[in-house]
Amino acid sequence: MKRIVCEACGHSNAEGTVLCQSCGKPIEKNQHIDGNEKTKLLNMRYDGSARRSQTYNKSFVDKIWNFFSSVKVGVWLIVLTLLASALGTIFPQEMYIPQDVQPLDHYREQYGIAGQIYYQLGLHNLYSSWWYMILIALIGISIVVASIDRVVPLYKALKMQKPKRHETFLKRQRLFSQTNQPSLNDKEKFLERLKSKRYKLTEEDGHILAEKGRFTRWGPYVNHLGLIIFLIGALLRFVPFMYIDEFVWVREGETLPIKGTEREYYIENNDFIFETYDEEEDRKFAEALQNQSAPVASNYQTDAVIYRNHEAELVGAEPDLEKVKEGSIRVNHPLKIDGFSLYQSSYQSEFSTMSFYIHETDDKDEQELANFTVDLSNPVNHYELDNGFEVELVRYMPDYYLDDGEPKSKTDYPNNPAFVFAVYPPDASEPEYSFAGIGRNIDATGENDYKIALNGFDVQYVTGLAVKRDYTLPILMIGGLIFMIGVVQGLYWQHRRIWIHPKGNELWVAAHTNKNWYGLKREIDTLMEDTSLIRVVDQQEQK
Amino acid sequence: MDGLVSISSNFLYLAFVLYLAATFFFGGTIRSKNSTSSQTWVSRVAIGLTILGFLASVVYFILRWIASGHAPVSNLFEFTTFFGMMLVLAFIVMYFIYRLNILGLFVLPVALLIIAYASMFPTELSPLVPSLKSHWLYIHVTTVSLGEAVLAVSFAAGLIYLIKEVDQSYRSKRTTWLEIIIYSLYATLGFVVISSIFSATDYNATFEVTNESGVSTLEYHLPAITGPADGTLVTTDRMEPWFDTPGWMNGAEAPRKFNTLLWSFAVGLVFYLITRLILRKRIAAAIQPYLRKVNSDLVDEISYRAVAIGFPIFTLGGLIFAMIWAQEAWNRYWGWDPKEVWALITWFFYAAFLHLRLSQGWHGEKSAWLAVVGFAIIMFNLIAVNLVLAGLHSYA
Repeated sequence: MKRIVCEACGHSNAEGTVLCQSCGKPIEKNQHIDGNEKTKLLNMRYDGSARRSQTYNKSFVDKIWNFFSSVKVGVWLIVLTLLASALGTIFPQEMYIPQDVQPLDHYREQYGIAGQIYYQLGLHNLYSSWWYMILIALIGISIVVASIDRVVPLYKALKMQKPKRHETFLKRQRLFSQTNQPSLNDKEKFLERLKSKRYKLTEEDGHILAEKGRFTRWGPYVNHLGLIIFLIGALLRFVPFMYIDEFVWVREGETLPIKGTEREYYIENNDFIFETYDEEEDRKFAEALQNQSAPVASNYQTDAVIYRNHEAELVGAEPDLEKVKEGSIRVNHPLKIDGFSLYQSSYQSEFSTMSFYIHETDDKDEQELANFTVDLSNPVNHYELDNGFEVELVRYMPDYYLDDGEPKSKTDYPNNPAFVFAVYPPDASEPEYSFAGIGRNIDATGENDYKIALNGFDVQYVTGLAVKRDYTLPILMIGGLIFMIGVVQGLYWQHRRIWIHPKGNELWVAAHTNKNWYGLKREIDTLMEDTSLIRVVDQQEQK
Repeated sequence: MDGLVSISSNFLYLAFVLYLAATFFFGGTIRSKNSTSSQTWVSRVAIGLTILGFLASVVYFILRWIASGHAPVSNLFEFTTFFGMMLVLAFIVMYFIYRLNILGLFVLPVALLIIAYASMFPTELSPLVPSLKSHWLYIHVTTVSLGEAVLAVSFAAGLIYLIKEVDQSYRSKRTTWLEIIIYSLYATLGFVVISSIFSATDYNATFEVTNESGVSTLEYHLPAITGPADGTLVTTDRMEPWFDTPGWMNGAEAPRKFNTLLWSFAVGLVFYLITRLILRKRIAAAIQPYLRKVNSDLVDEISYRAVAIGFPIFTLGGLIFAMIWAQEAWNRYWGWDPKEVWALITWFFYAAFLHLRLSQGWHGEKSAWLAVVGFAIIMFNLIAVNLVLAGLHSYA
């Protein structure tokens, strides 16, 4: 690699250096890089260090590198992602529309032609679309390339800097002053005050550099590192081992294997508790509750026992369960076991038993002749009743509906149970067929002597628990933490440098900060108070 | 318990009055002969009243917390009020860094508008649904609103910069946009005034709406300029709506909210036009001479500094704490809910702001316009997302 030797101090600089790393003298042939040719002030960004992106632009790799290292490109990517994100909130995303409808119909019915276009463009799943992913990936690449392009040369430049700077460098700083024949006393006073303001002073032949807050220059690179770790964490979700996302429905009293744990853990639902606010008990909320049409939920809770199955390895073996944990699962209070978390996500109430009685069809009083109860989670087929009746359960539809006139079951959950019973009266050999359900009682032939009527039912809760194991969470936490450290480090402090340069009878003072110029100028003003030193002038203001 | 709530409300009212008084005293500092950041007895009284007002609002907050048993940040009234409180706090902090009196003259009216706006929503104590019952409610909501409040100070400083710097000698895009910003503040005032008037008279018009899911009712508290499509007015002696709300507005009770919006714009426009008639020039042009002594560089730096301070706080509260809580409550740290997306948009926007400012040299006017746009995004997320876009956060 070619080196550039500084004419003033003899320091050997990397190719593409704009300001000598040691003394700061502008390196003539490179001034175009930071646009210093026509300006009075030097562009001090990255201290005039040699950045790859500003030095090479020949090969394909150079061009790609330069593209991604540009802040302008980075900002454009941010703005595009911002606009795309906003686009996705115009109508609800697909995951927030009702599950039991055709998405196209839903968007068309709800939002008209605009909704249809929205759907057809795929904007209903915008955030998982390939182009949105690519935008995020490009931002990621931009962050990495732009950071590497800057942090290495900047680190070298700040490490290398000498207190004694070239005069051109000082004169072309934004804050600058020249004091003729300053008193030694005043200079000492100024230096003492700098020290008390926690400036670090280094000296070389009477030339002094007062510096503080250099660490803040690394803030952007630290926060970018945090973002990259976060993005990697988010990406790792696609690795199956890292992320398990399951759901279990457990009835009260039931014990089931927890999905996703390979039958290693079982859960028993001892009780599901659903509570609502009560106007009498929660008097302070009475007014708000009266304004609500429906009761307001106060608690969803599953009292659960977790078992460990010692026979999990053996396929088909009877589970050998050992109780390992007992506790309640509430919203905001998941139950955690062995990396898995169980979240209270949903619940349903369903029928657990239904009981029926038999009466004579012609009996207006519907006097009960016999009764029986069907256990819906485990229905028995044959029932022998009082007075010599027998009932056969011919067909059971847990979630009854009519599909083109044909009775069917929508799901296996007893949400709307219906039955076809064959009733054997004591005096007959041929059965009578009856269809029974909630609010339905149909006599198939219209000639039945006996009728089946609903006597009552029991309801039980089924709790819906999300089962998650997410090994990416610690990575995301670390990424977020590093980002916060970096962003605070970079934004809550400033890197301030003041060069004090004796020149014959004069004392030159030049100052630079990476941001908050007003604050630096004000600080120097107070540090120079009641001295004969000439206050620094903001040379940019005088344009 | 009711007693405690009303005492608490009185403290909020007291805070409001103190802020109003402080605004006048900050106004008084304009006439001082020296620069706008000099300390006189007037400015001391002004900041003193502001601090007293803030303390009064802290008392409101604590009493209401005791009364309801949870931090009062759980519905739109409470959250917006808290945002107003945090805006004053952010101003006090920035004031003690920069001692710029004129900032108070711009921030406090915005805080007053926000608090007044908040009180137009139902103010009764509301119970917490299970997903809100978490310590993260206080941690998340308080940090978000503090962060957004600091960012709002950036808006106020940016507005001062624009009013001072935008050339008012001829009409341009910039003067028009500046008037639009000022008009939007008038529209907020319009909302407060019209809502207060009609709620004082207990105005009520009920519509019966027929749609696929059956017949429902919709209550208006303002005369209906726009009525629900397929709705019939059932209250007697009430104005018939002039036209139907467009069908694509689908949020809960969208016609009522759209009607309120129209009223706010209309009343705001009346106020705005009256002011223009009195001043006989653009409002920004009328304010401009009073800002002559303001140091533009200082205001520019305050605007940027507020972003530099607010951005990390916002990130912490609006994204990181939000994700931790979402993981606890909804078992996913991110779900692309509109409120979440708009928090991300806010974050992207200020990230772009910082890159443009620190690396591309966007100072002064460009930076001030960005500060204004950023505030518009925050207000959109604070208000419009709750009211217009349905989602997990629409608890108002």
